[in-house]
Amino acid sequence: MTFLSTIKAAALSAAMIVSVALPAAHADEQYFPLQSYRVGPYAAGGTGFFGGFIDYLNLINIRDGGVNGVKLTWDECETQYEVERGVECYERQKSHAGAAAWNPLSVGIAYAMIDRITADKVPLITVNHGRTDSTDGRVFPYVFPLLLNPYSETSGIVNYIASKEGGIDKLKGKKIVVLYHGSPYGKETIPIYELLAQKYGFTVQQIEVPHPGNEQQSQWLTIRRAKPDFVVLRGWGVMNPVALKTAVKVGYPVDHIVGNVWSNSEEDVIPAGDAAKGYTAITTQASGNAYPVVQEIVKTVYGAGKGNLEDKARIGSVYHNLGIVNGILNVEAIRVAQEKFGHRTLTGDEVRWGFEHLKLDPAKVEALGAKDLFHSINVSWDNHEGEGYVTFQQWDGKKWNVVSDWIAPDWALLRPIIEKSAEAYAAEKGIKLRTAADADAVATN
Amino acid sequence: MAAIPAEFSSAPVLPKWVVPVLLLAFAYGVVPLIGSSYLFEAILLPFLALSLAGVGLNILTGYAGQVSLGSAAFMAAGAFAAYNFNLRVEGLPLIGSIFLAGIVAAAIGIVFGLPSLRLRGFYLAVSTLAAQFFVQWALTKFSWFSNDSASGVIDAPRLSISGFALDGAVGRYFFALTIVAVLTFLAHRLVSSQTGRNLIAVRDNETAARIIGIPVLKTKLLAFAISSFIIGVAGVIWAFAYLRTVEPAGFNLDRSFQILFIIIIGGLASIRGAFFGAALIVVFPLALSRLGGFLLGDVFDSGVLDMSQRIVLGALIILFLILEPDGLVALWDRIRRRLLLAWQTT
Repeated sequence: MTFLSTIKAAALSAAMIVSVALPAAHADEQYFPLQSYRVGPYAAGGTGFFGGFIDYLNLINIRDGGVNGVKLTWDECETQYEVERGVECYERQKSHAGAAAWNPLSVGIAYAMIDRITADKVPLITVNHGRTDSTDGRVFPYVFPLLLNPYSETSGIVNYIASKEGGIDKLKGKKIVVLYHGSPYGKETIPIYELLAQKYGFTVQQIEVPHPGNEQQSQWLTIRRAKPDFVVLRGWGVMNPVALKTAVKVGYPVDHIVGNVWSNSEEDVIPAGDAAKGYTAITTQASGNAYPVVQEIVKTVYGAGKGNLEDKARIGSVYHNLGIVNGILNVEAIRVAQEKFGHRTLTGDEVRWGFEHLKLDPAKVEALGAKDLFHSINVSWDNHEGEGYVTFQQWDGKKWNVVSDWIAPDWALLRPIIEKSAEAYAAEKGIKLRTAADADAVATN
Repeated sequence: MAAIPAEFSSAPVLPKWVVPVLLLAFAYGVVPLIGSSYLFEAILLPFLALSLAGVGLNILTGYAGQVSLGSAAFMAAGAFAAYNFNLRVEGLPLIGSIFLAGIVAAAIGIVFGLPSLRLRGFYLAVSTLAAQFFVQWALTKFSWFSNDSASGVIDAPRLSISGFALDGAVGRYFFALTIVAVLTFLAHRLVSSQTGRNLIAVRDNETAARIIGIPVLKTKLLAFAISSFIIGVAGVIWAFAYLRTVEPAGFNLDRSFQILFIIIIGGLASIRGAFFGAALIVVFPLALSRLGGFLLGDVFDSGVLDMSQRIVLGALIILFLILEPDGLVALWDRIRRRLLLAWQTT
């Protein structure tokens, strides 16, 4: 044994002693590292989403005593939606035993984590956002853009505009402006809008609003000159109310603005006041607190004084409900994996298997108390999105009203584009495409 | 030479190179053995990248007296240039693309340094803001820079030097440490050379410098070029070794301010100052946040904690600067002198 390896062995054994001496994670706990953000320009989204997520985890702990007796635990690390803070939080939280899944709610942070979580074999959930081609589970085994990836969202919005115009063939010659947030999230859909424009014969003009987006005069003057038939608002945070107010200022009709899935919350429209009346936005989960699962959270969690939202009026808001839906998806994935691997603390890879077999049909969703809150999900080893349905809601000045049925995006059209992009990524990174058999091999430690 | 106080003349004087060599030996020999992945990924890698950026900016601002708010832009230029050289030039070794990236950053630095020939102080600072906004705009506008990636995010290539892979946390740490050590050494040599004295002369009195025959224009542009070269390479470390993925928005004005604060807090016109400042800026908020989370994590949510950390951090920085306006380096020297004195008297 050389001198160096002696030192190394000594250091390692010291570390082992320390880690044994510390209270180890209890045998039946499953941990959620939450890279949340409660300050900064996107705090409204962060507090609502993580509030809903934590409320649901609390509901499972209080009402059911955990998932099959396995208690859910979590802690929060503030990222302010900044990539390097997210990375620091990742490094800080990953040493905790029994991590189930990561939910950073930031495309930038998610991108920076892909290599890291793949090496560590713990799933990364980017519900309703994320990197579109991570839908392809052959290339991205641990990344799950659940419910709705950005391309499906785009397809849903274009289909909705087509239905307003009277059919997909009526899109020909129309003009759509996409006003997008200047971030990886905002730019994600640029190529798919171009492609759909070519396919359906409308023209598209995409205009960037630099982060965080509290000044948009010049963008909206450009829009006024362009006179588009529709404006798609692909915003985030403070950018959304500013967009709606500026639209009124330049005289663009608000009922011809369609918001995307991150421009659809109460926090986006209330600050805009009357300017937002008549604004429509896409969503995967309806707002409101009438759904049984939300009612149970009010009764059980907030009744016990353990609610996470400071402002109780935000219970049942869009972000809060999305957090609840995200909680349902995470918890149900653990449940699926527990049925296969046993009612105990699971490894990240076992939870990954659970996500890849997460199938909630409308009947199951109803049993979970979430009927009409969201439609259904059907994840498989190679489709990590899970075919979520979308609906559209209109703001009447006080609340959101659903104005469409559940709509299916055009998955068949999008899948080849996603596969092509994922395969290019695999080639660049030297990743071997995964097969169904690979997906069934699960690391248990 | 009667001015030397008795207590100093008898103090044990170590040769100047001993401390840096000991530090390097510790950084290469001991840290990799005892460090956890958290130490490398979350503390040492950003610390090394920001220290190097601080060294670069210190040459320009501390030594040559030219205030710049464009540091993040030069970092971005370096990071994206290295990415593109690596991607598009077949067979170019990693070190080659890093060197060329530094050259690109230096060229951009010279262009945006041109106003310094006419402008001084705050006016110059405002004109370097142009670099900040222009580079970020260009990188966002022309998707060629990010190889037409849909979201504008680039993935760092695999790090390997002559077939030796450096992908793990420790490997990337060695990679960053080596580059930082070499460039810091060169910067140290530079500032103690004739060129370094020229920089200081230009800073202290431009007219006087001109009269004694220092080529002021050339010196200023040289300062911009060298500083941008170093900052550009720091950008490569930031992108390739630390985050491993980069988007233009990651190099925003906040980052420029951060680097400026590093050298102000650490100590202007001091190579060591950049390291002190970066240590404070990187480590202190983390220590505060862990302490806050540990003590009060159960009582307050993470948002309240983060806000109070900002208040504490801001107050402490103000306190530091009141106690020692010349930065942490001067504070450190003063403490060392006191200790030495106490040791002498006992």
